[in-house]
Amino acid sequence: MTEFLQATINGFATGAIYALLALGFVIIYKSSEVLSFAQSGLMILGAFWVVYFSTVLELNFWVALLLGIILSALIGVVIERSMLRPMVGKPAFSVAILTIGLNIALTVIGFDLIGVEIRSLGDPWGIQVVQMGDLVVSRKDLATIVSSVIVVGSLLAFFRYTRFGLAMRATAIDQETALAQGIPVARVFAVAWAIAAGLATIAGVFLGAGTGVSAAIGVRAIRALPAAVIGGLDSIPGAIVGGLIIGLAESYTVTYQSEYLAFLGQNFSTAVAYVVMFLVLLVRPYGIFGTREVVRV
Amino acid sequence: MRGRPGLVTAYRRDMSILPTTTQRVWFFSFCIVVAGLTFFLSDDLASRGASAAAAAIGAIGLNLVTGWAGQISLGHAFFLGVGAYTAAALGGESGGPLIGLGLEMWIWLPAAGLVAALTGLLVAPIAFRLRGLYLAFVTLGLVFIGEHIFREWDSLTGGIGVGRATAKPVLFGYDLSKEGSFAGFTLSPEQQYYLFALIVLLVMALFAKNLVRSRTGRAFSAIRDRDIAAEIMGIHLSRSKLIAFTVSSFYAGVAGALIYTFIGFVEPRTFSLTLSIVYIAMILIGGAASIMGSIMGAVFITFLPRIVDLVAGVVPFIEESPSGGFLTVVQVEQILFGLLIVVFLIVEPLGLHGVWIRIRNYWKAWPFSY
Repeated sequence: MTEFLQATINGFATGAIYALLALGFVIIYKSSEVLSFAQSGLMILGAFWVVYFSTVLELNFWVALLLGIILSALIGVVIERSMLRPMVGKPAFSVAILTIGLNIALTVIGFDLIGVEIRSLGDPWGIQVVQMGDLVVSRKDLATIVSSVIVVGSLLAFFRYTRFGLAMRATAIDQETALAQGIPVARVFAVAWAIAAGLATIAGVFLGAGTGVSAAIGVRAIRALPAAVIGGLDSIPGAIVGGLIIGLAESYTVTYQSEYLAFLGQNFSTAVAYVVMFLVLLVRPYGIFGTREVVRV
Repeated sequence: MRGRPGLVTAYRRDMSILPTTTQRVWFFSFCIVVAGLTFFLSDDLASRGASAAAAAIGAIGLNLVTGWAGQISLGHAFFLGVGAYTAAALGGESGGPLIGLGLEMWIWLPAAGLVAALTGLLVAPIAFRLRGLYLAFVTLGLVFIGEHIFREWDSLTGGIGVGRATAKPVLFGYDLSKEGSFAGFTLSPEQQYYLFALIVLLVMALFAKNLVRSRTGRAFSAIRDRDIAAEIMGIHLSRSKLIAFTVSSFYAGVAGALIYTFIGFVEPRTFSLTLSIVYIAMILIGGAASIMGSIMGAVFITFLPRIVDLVAGVVPFIEESPSGGFLTVVQVEQILFGLLIVVFLIVEPLGLHGVWIRIRNYWKAWPFSY
């Protein structure tokens, strides 16, 4: 039982990170109908800014985090303006491939800046743990869960209660109608990219917290894509649920698979996200909460 | 009708691959020149040429499913891997725990394609349920699951970081990996690979060209342009998609078998998402829905490292050594590769093939550029 609870808590912590990345993905998709494969690249670059501000410039960690988020958001806006805007109206596939190309460039630049060593983030949690009865929970995991709840909560409030949030929701429903109502759709796209880049930075910081930022976090970030797909590409609750499902599935696989399903081989946890995605899509082709596409000629 | 290339009086002629005498002459002289290069290329260039020709086969396969049938596949690396390992298992040497039957090339080369095609056949039904972008994610998942299988199946792949030797290129008792002679010339193994890959490429490119101008090929294009409209017109959607996937996987299997046989060694981590993206880049940079474009794209991407090397000698801040400088050659290559995809999509969606068409049309009317 302790083992199970332990795995569940770990699963929630990784799941929260995937949820943040998937959320950025869904926000971009909902507002501009662009599939962004660039989330992992944005995440690596964002994590590097935080590393740079907190260890090289030796600023306070929270200040560094804030600066990192702002800088990433600016990069997100620049990318949207320079590369995605010319593609408005082009087939969704071309735009998706474009973001793959962009992701390659961002990832290489990010890794080049980080270098071969593992870079510490200078975060306040380190590798300390909190003992709760039999459970050993790292402070980093607790911080991840708590911060994700705060971030996601404030984002949802932003969409629900602010004027610009309303504009974003209107754009998500119908771009042309939104334009006709005087909503600055171009600005909505830019803000969507800024939010996604900011979320990616936060996710990168929590992935790298404690152990440090290295090239390995990029591979993990790609697994946020199945999370977004499982929840449904155009559903914000779906992104959160999908992220948690992937996080829990990975955590349970790490804990139990070698015992019960050993024939699947070592490190099956790296592939389990995709297996879960296959199964979900077989049953529900548009994800758990995704809207069914209305097709017409 | 001679001398009036614009005038077409029969549907058959309109659909023919090389409609005019001029085109026929150019095409055959081009083939002869490319084949003739075998005797003059250095080993390094010949081996790159062989890889490019084999990669072109894979690119044509991807173009069939993505360029013509419009089904986005990010899973091409998986099928390349299936082909490479089928070839290695059938044509390689057994040793230690490794599977290897030591068969001849005429068995393992088609077999590599067939096993990959069968795998494609298995995956395709999942793809029928999904449209457009969701399909991209399923094929993405395929690469990661495939990568996991390749990493763990030690008796087939040698395991991660170890790898295995691939199939022996022995065709009817003639070993391509040993020096041979042809018409008085001594041919190095690389030059023989080059010639062999060219022949296979020619055959498979012709087959693909004929496929896409057949009823099935027109069905592919109809599905790409608007699948529901195609279905209403009586095109069997799932059957056409199934054919597209299967044929595409066959091409990938053959390409995978050839490429890694020429290299002589294969490691399970090769077949990652990056490799899939390389092939996507080939067809995008070369030109979607074009056989010639697939070949141009494959050649361009395969020779990209050479081009970057040349540029690096001129531009100061790119360092040859892996440690120093702001950017190393490998990094520039990767960034360039990513940016090339972006630039081609924004500026020239038709790819290199589109550039070629534009140049050709300019000279057609020269000196009257109107």
